[in-house]
Amino acid sequence: MKQALLMFGCWLALWSTPTVAETDTTSSYDDLLMALTEADLNATQPILEKIEATGHPEVLSLFQTLLDGNLHFRKADQVLLSIVDVNGTDQYTEFQSGTAIEPLGRRDVSKIRVNNNLRNFLSSAIGRLQLRSSEPDLRSAAVLSLLTTLDAATADDLAELRREESNRTVLSSIDLALAMYSARSANTVAAQITAIDTLSDRLQPEARNLLFDLERNADNPAVREAATAALKKIDGKVTFYGYVDQLFFGLSLGSVLLLAAIGLAITFGVMGVINMAHGEMLMLGAYTTYVVQLLMPGFINYSLWVAIPAAFIVAGLFGILIERCVIRFLHGRPLETLLATFGISLILQQLVRTVFSPLNRRVAAPDWMSGSLEINPVLSLTYNRLTILIFALIVFVALLVIMKKTALGLYVRAVSQNRDMAKAMGIKTDRVDALTFGLGSGIAGIGGVALSQLTNVGPNLGQAYIIDSFMVVVFGGVGNLLGTLVAAFTLGIANKFLEPVTGTVLASILVLVFIILFIQKRPKGLFPQRGRAAE
Amino acid sequence: MSLLTTFMSRRNSLGSPVLPFVTILMTLTVLAAIGNLWIPADSALHVSTYTITLLGKYLSFAMLALAVDIVWGYCGILSLGHGAFFALGGYAMGMYLMRQIGSRGVYGDPILPDFMVFLDWDVLPWYWLGMDQFWFAMLMVLLVPGLLAFVFGWLAFHSRVTGVYLSIITQALTYALMLAFFRNEMGFGGNNGLTDFKDLLGFSLQADTTRVALLLCTAGLLAAIFMFSHWVLKSRFGKVIEAIRDGEPRVRFLGYRTDRYKVALFVYSAMIAGIAGALYVPQVGIINPGEFAPLNSIEIVVWVAVGGRGTLYGAVIGALLVNYAKTRFTALMPDGWLFMLGALFVLVTLFLPKGLAGVYGQLITSWKRGRNRDEPPQRNQEATS
Amino acid sequence: MTALSHTAELMRRDQVWPFLQPPAASINVDKDILLYIEDLNLSFDGFKALNNLNLYINDGELRCLIGANGAGKTTLMDVITGKTQCDSGSVFFGQTINLLKYSEADIAELGIGRKFQKPTVFEAQSVFDNLELALKSNKRLLPTLLARLSPSEIDRIDTVLATIGLTDHRFQLAGALSHGQKQWLEIGMLLVSEPRLLLIDEPVAGMTAEETERTAELLTSLAGKHTVVVVEHDMEFVRSIARTVTVLHQGSVLAEGSMDHVQNHPDVIEVYLGEAP
Repeated sequence: MKQALLMFGCWLALWSTPTVAETDTTSSYDDLLMALTEADLNATQPILEKIEATGHPEVLSLFQTLLDGNLHFRKADQVLLSIVDVNGTDQYTEFQSGTAIEPLGRRDVSKIRVNNNLRNFLSSAIGRLQLRSSEPDLRSAAVLSLLTTLDAATADDLAELRREESNRTVLSSIDLALAMYSARSANTVAAQITAIDTLSDRLQPEARNLLFDLERNADNPAVREAATAALKKIDGKVTFYGYVDQLFFGLSLGSVLLLAAIGLAITFGVMGVINMAHGEMLMLGAYTTYVVQLLMPGFINYSLWVAIPAAFIVAGLFGILIERCVIRFLHGRPLETLLATFGISLILQQLVRTVFSPLNRRVAAPDWMSGSLEINPVLSLTYNRLTILIFALIVFVALLVIMKKTALGLYVRAVSQNRDMAKAMGIKTDRVDALTFGLGSGIAGIGGVALSQLTNVGPNLGQAYIIDSFMVVVFGGVGNLLGTLVAAFTLGIANKFLEPVTGTVLASILVLVFIILFIQKRPKGLFPQRGRAAE
Repeated sequence: MSLLTTFMSRRNSLGSPVLPFVTILMTLTVLAAIGNLWIPADSALHVSTYTITLLGKYLSFAMLALAVDIVWGYCGILSLGHGAFFALGGYAMGMYLMRQIGSRGVYGDPILPDFMVFLDWDVLPWYWLGMDQFWFAMLMVLLVPGLLAFVFGWLAFHSRVTGVYLSIITQALTYALMLAFFRNEMGFGGNNGLTDFKDLLGFSLQADTTRVALLLCTAGLLAAIFMFSHWVLKSRFGKVIEAIRDGEPRVRFLGYRTDRYKVALFVYSAMIAGIAGALYVPQVGIINPGEFAPLNSIEIVVWVAVGGRGTLYGAVIGALLVNYAKTRFTALMPDGWLFMLGALFVLVTLFLPKGLAGVYGQLITSWKRGRNRDEPPQRNQEATS
Repeated sequence: MTALSHTAELMRRDQVWPFLQPPAASINVDKDILLYIEDLNLSFDGFKALNNLNLYINDGELRCLIGANGAGKTTLMDVITGKTQCDSGSVFFGQTINLLKYSEADIAELGIGRKFQKPTVFEAQSVFDNLELALKSNKRLLPTLLARLSPSEIDRIDTVLATIGLTDHRFQLAGALSHGQKQWLEIGMLLVSEPRLLLIDEPVAGMTAEETERTAELLTSLAGKHTVVVVEHDMEFVRSIARTVTVLHQGSVLAEGSMDHVQNHPDVIEVYLGEAP
């Protein structure tokens, strides 16, 4: 049934374009191909039109090859060849028979050349051909590729197809195409205006361009006005989605800051230990991801699941080592702790530089994190940022549960509030210190795994985040995990909203200055702990 | 009255380090100067111009260390941003030197420095005006770091930001400035900074005599600042400062406005850092935003920690030793230096909290104690907190 | 327009900018009362540290504050000296000076000295330097920088050193003193600053019986010239010095009067004995 209708559609299309119909009977597909090899650039289009009109099943692949610039012919017998570049060497195939042949000399073949006009024609022709593809995505893409080149015949064709179409996306695309067509060339002004109104709901750049054109060049003032109104509406929407986009980027930056800072919220916020090597824990986590990928090259998609616990363990162990060897001897001397841990951060950076070279390393992203979630033509959210956002929240909740619900969390809070009393109650404060520090560092390591998906991994990776992390913790209120969450997202969003106005560098400077001023006003952060205990 | 005299004599008999320090410093630099200018190059006693420049660089670093020691050692303000004041002083000097190049630059513009011509600017930004006058530039060397320190210090100390928080904010400050100075639009040469200087007050910077003069100038200023700082810190003002370090709330209850004291000291220290920067730039011939890097600032702290904070001479010795070690070490194995530096941080804080000066002090105390056992240990004794 | 009027307001020539104003000088004690504390309230996260506290301290008297832990004694001192902000109420020094508007340093300069519960002396400096720092003098930056001890000031320090029995320890570091000596040094720092009002928090904690006795003598001798408020747990000591005793309980005044009166006060007996195990 469908087949028959399609045939009918083709037939209709053929009859409605008289020029094609006239010549159809006189030339066969093969003759046309021959003619194609002989024609010069200016004569190519009519021949291509005729080829399209034959409705031969090969036409689509022929046009595609031609559009890609891979269509050649052998000079000796004018047989068409497709020459595809595979890893630097050309692969020769006879186009029609599909048999691979030996490479020929450069002089033995000639390329069928295309210019921009032809390319335009080809892509819309391919669009027309793909309209009947069985894949909804292809159909929709085909319709969208025709948006600007739609002629009366194809428009009718589309209207015809629309009746049969059940897929929503394709329907919406067809509606857009038809609306654009009637906005451009409907007979009555009323129809034009109706179409323009329909277009005002659409965000495709083609629709906007058309409206711009109408606004400037339409003969009828009513049409011009309608176009202006529609543009205004679209602009409003575009601005709105622009904000949504910025918000998303802000949330994404916030999630990175959160991952970097929550480990610190434990070590600095809860334990009161200032660890300048915290950034290096991020870096270690990121390098762990890199090493894990090196170790399991065939399983990039799964390597992240291995990397997360591995990074936690590696960074956590380093954290415990640092705590046992240095920090515990500097208890109650914050400035000294700061200096010593800064020294450790230098050593760790240099260590990584020596082992892995100072160059940045790229960590591959698994398939399921590449690509983006397209919400509409002006707003798409990349999967990796989306994943990290969710991941950061999961880590945060997990940490919150650990701190509030487990014995370790209870001990940590007890030790941080009154070390001597906790010791008197039989809590092994040494162990609790080491474990807490390991936990904070390990979480930073997990943050490093996430970071490795956003940027290249290098020895200086951690340094870029250490100041920001401290800012987040201080801004949120020391010792307050929820405050850290709010602070991370606030700063992330503020940064991203400032960026378009002030530029990247100035934005980060402004945020820094803001925090400095903020600390002046409220030295205890957004959510201070009050009361005598806080003195 | 007898009490007064005992008191005053007690004060002076404590082996004030000023005289030995100034004598040793000036003798060494003058000897180096003679060794460079008047002893022929083939003699074993000849001092190369390279060494002279290196010495000058070390001494300006020593001055910077002195600045950090004044705030950290005496007032407990651990500034991780003094590199910013140093760099600002350096930039002020660099701007003067840039203007001195005049039309000898690559593009030959009589007014605009090369990088501005390169960026297609056609007027000098307002903040470059006047920098061709030496006196004005020198004023800026003091005023710009001083003003920044005043604004920053007033904000921070007035709202009682102390300890680690303060340290991190100072680090953020220098980090922010680094980002800002990396921007070409700032008008300070962006990434490359200011360089290709030709002459200072009409003397060619390449000439040996100029180099020696700069070294002597640095040493002289270092000695002067050392003496003045010593006087300041031994005055009642200095006692208040030390008291603030050990118990700021208590000082407030005595009626001192501690925030003002801290701001004043911070500004003073920043100005010294600015002078150090201004002396550093003509000797090394370049100033770029890298000087604002947080690592640089924290390296200064290590010099002071190694030498021993709270003793002015300790900071100077620390700066000289660590920088000498750095020069030697980076020549031998360039990758190893950061390991060394990192280890220094850890080891000094763990095992030498008072630095080398502390070790020296302990030796002196035990020696004195050994000599006359009945006299109780006095000023040289370590502070207990 | 508003900016202009603001500027005009700022530049008014008939008044001085607040930061240039010297702290109000004269203390009006016409009514013989030095310190007025009225309706003072302060709570920390729901815990009422001070609860509608009313207290008047006469000029020149020696007043003892007693009360259980958490009764609000130290918090009251914190509020008076500007360390802690109260939620509501008023504290007047004399009839005219509203202490709540001043900072710690200003309050100290007005003539209110304080000794802390835990002795806080500058341990890295000598006993003499500690006293020099506390001297009543101009405490602005430049005068301090250029300050030289005058013979009379040295005499003054010397007298105080004799009073607190630390003459022999003059050049010793304060950190090397015993606990009791540190207490004495802190009292000495109060004396040398010649305050109008002394707030003394647990002066005899950690002192031997002999030292306690001397402290009692010293405090009694101070009354009259100075006004002294003492917080103490040692009832023996309180009995030996007290003329008027105020009992604080849960942030407000429970009873006031002579030691005997207070000890026989039914509320006090109920609070102390009724709660006793």
